[in-house]
Amino acid sequence: MATMPAIMKQGKWTPWLYLLPALLIMAVFIVFPTLNTIVLSFMDRTSTQSAAADCVAGQPCWGAFENYRYALTDPEMTQALSNNALWLILMVPATVAAGLLFALLAERVRYEKLAKSIIFMPMAISFIGAGVIWQFMYKIETGEGPQTGLLNAIIVGLGGKPVAFMSTYPLNNFMLMIVGIWLWAGFCMTILSAALKGLPGEVIEAAQVDGANGWQTFWKVMVPLIMPTIVVVTTTMIINVLKIFDIVFVMTGGNYGTEVIANRMFKLIVTDTGRSMAIAVILIALMIPIMISNIRRFNKQEEER
Amino acid sequence: MNPFRSLNRIFRAIPVNLALILMCAMWIIPTLGLFVSSFRDKESVRTSGWWTVLSPRAVVGQTEYSTYCASCHGPNGNALPNVDLSDPAVVAQYTRDYQLLAMLNQPVNGESHLKDPTLPSNPNESLAILGNVLNYMQSLSTSANRGLGLTLSNYADALVGYKGTNTYLDDCATSGAEASIKFKCNASDLLNPEGMGAALINSILVTVPSTLLVIAIAAFAAYAFAWLDFRGRQWMFALLVGLQIVPLQMTLVPISRIYAQIGMQNTFIGIWLFHTGFGLPYAIYLLRNFIGSLPREIFESAYLDGANHWRAFRNLALPLAMPAIASLGIFQFLWVWNDFLVAKIFLSAHPVLTVQITNLIDPRGSNWHILTGAAFLSFIIPMIVFFAFQKYFVRGMLAGSVKG
Repeated sequence: MATMPAIMKQGKWTPWLYLLPALLIMAVFIVFPTLNTIVLSFMDRTSTQSAAADCVAGQPCWGAFENYRYALTDPEMTQALSNNALWLILMVPATVAAGLLFALLAERVRYEKLAKSIIFMPMAISFIGAGVIWQFMYKIETGEGPQTGLLNAIIVGLGGKPVAFMSTYPLNNFMLMIVGIWLWAGFCMTILSAALKGLPGEVIEAAQVDGANGWQTFWKVMVPLIMPTIVVVTTTMIINVLKIFDIVFVMTGGNYGTEVIANRMFKLIVTDTGRSMAIAVILIALMIPIMISNIRRFNKQEEER
Repeated sequence: MNPFRSLNRIFRAIPVNLALILMCAMWIIPTLGLFVSSFRDKESVRTSGWWTVLSPRAVVGQTEYSTYCASCHGPNGNALPNVDLSDPAVVAQYTRDYQLLAMLNQPVNGESHLKDPTLPSNPNESLAILGNVLNYMQSLSTSANRGLGLTLSNYADALVGYKGTNTYLDDCATSGAEASIKFKCNASDLLNPEGMGAALINSILVTVPSTLLVIAIAAFAAYAFAWLDFRGRQWMFALLVGLQIVPLQMTLVPISRIYAQIGMQNTFIGIWLFHTGFGLPYAIYLLRNFIGSLPREIFESAYLDGANHWRAFRNLALPLAMPAIASLGIFQFLWVWNDFLVAKIFLSAHPVLTVQITNLIDPRGSNWHILTGAAFLSFIIPMIVFFAFQKYFVRGMLAGSVKG
């Protein structure tokens, strides 16, 4: 932490006057509800008795952890968990790679600003709006008329048969991920581009003088140097993907095998609060490693200040 | 300079430009498609792709019509004044293809209606043809056949929340206020709670106070974390870094239960406070990093001039932190404006734009034209904010996730 100017006088309560509104609101709206949610996740749908009350004789039962049994073993939930895993494995690296590619390409042209604005623009609009945009791309006309969705029109134009992108499993999951990549590549590009611009020119030149070609310079010099930034972007993307909700909600509603954790949590929020809360707890549990690594990185940066 | 070298450089630049332009096209085409569609009339959106907007309009059924009907009724359907096929009143009598078939089986002036060529003997085949003919007759009788079919009626429909089978403007033009009980056909329709007009107002009412509140509260806390000394300063700030990640799903149910008990469900103040609570960790973090990196000498000399903390905060820290406050403001504005989940849960009685769009989605998919307009109405303000303040937005993003 930055050191205080020692000569500045302060009253004993001054800091707390400045802090009070913020601490109060965060306590009421983040800390208390989080703890409350954990308690609720051990109770049944009425939130008045232990979740163990839901157990049926002769069926598997985890006692007070009954909601977690649902959240971890029910077919609906295993589908959601495996879909989130699929998003993590495929969509996160694809988005980071796309962002890096954009950052590298845009640096080489004169219309860098324009190109970046175009890639970045989806960040300004809502996920719901993005869902509408892409539903329009993926539309299928099942009747006699021409295809009005661009993708199916291209497929038909090339002599293929129209595809029901949103209801064909597992294809629909990949089509949803494309929407996610479209939304977030701009974020990755902006941050990676700033890191690339911050690279010391001498190092790159030295590598080139030593006879490294472009490919080698990129992998052996640039990537290791911007690795910390790649890690930051990737962890942010992991959080985004774990929380992915709006896109799925508006495009498929989680049907046809596209369910994700956050959407299942939303569906159960009124009808089965206990289970819904257990899903929320699993969501935050998945994020805790990232939380810890962020705090560690922060502490390290503070020491270097 | 060797001319070959510069030529060589141009050739080497081609793949880079090609790749980048291709990717930019891929990124912009989906939005462009929706944008173009939002100005096309209902019938065009339903029957043809947006990319055909500039091409000659091939309307479904045109070939069938010219094969079977044009010889008597004329290419525009109005050759026989007493059976003018471009008259909506005539077409309205035949909404189904079998109605049309029954009509064609009746003799006209003692002769069979269709002389040459006759319809296929297989009834299914002839019904398929007549379906297309019907489609064409409908397009003759609506405005869809004139010009490029560009219109603002999708935006009008979206703004007033029109859910009928025609369009709002047509309904009001043909039958005035009697068109439906719901609409008065004057400016008051813009406030129909089911429309995007009312939702736009709700979005503004939610977003502006949520943004200002978070800036005000975070600025105080950020100053304390940067320039005041108190116990727990270090670990409280580390906790703040952790809190940034807490998903809001963790807090929805407890808060909505409290709100239900104290009557704050569906109130604007409820959603302001919730958004403020969730905006604060990032906001304090961003502002503290900026205010903390201001040179300490200016604070020291202000103190020597007799300033206390309040004056140092108000006259030094706040004005100097304006760039960071701008970044934060834009971030919070876009985040709240584009939020769906929080508004859906805490303010469903006063739907904001994102919630209203999902309310307008017809499960049968028959109102695409309205959704195109609705989506773009929700984009206008964030797009303006984004392009006007892009610099600050990028800065805020970089400060939030990299600098630390």
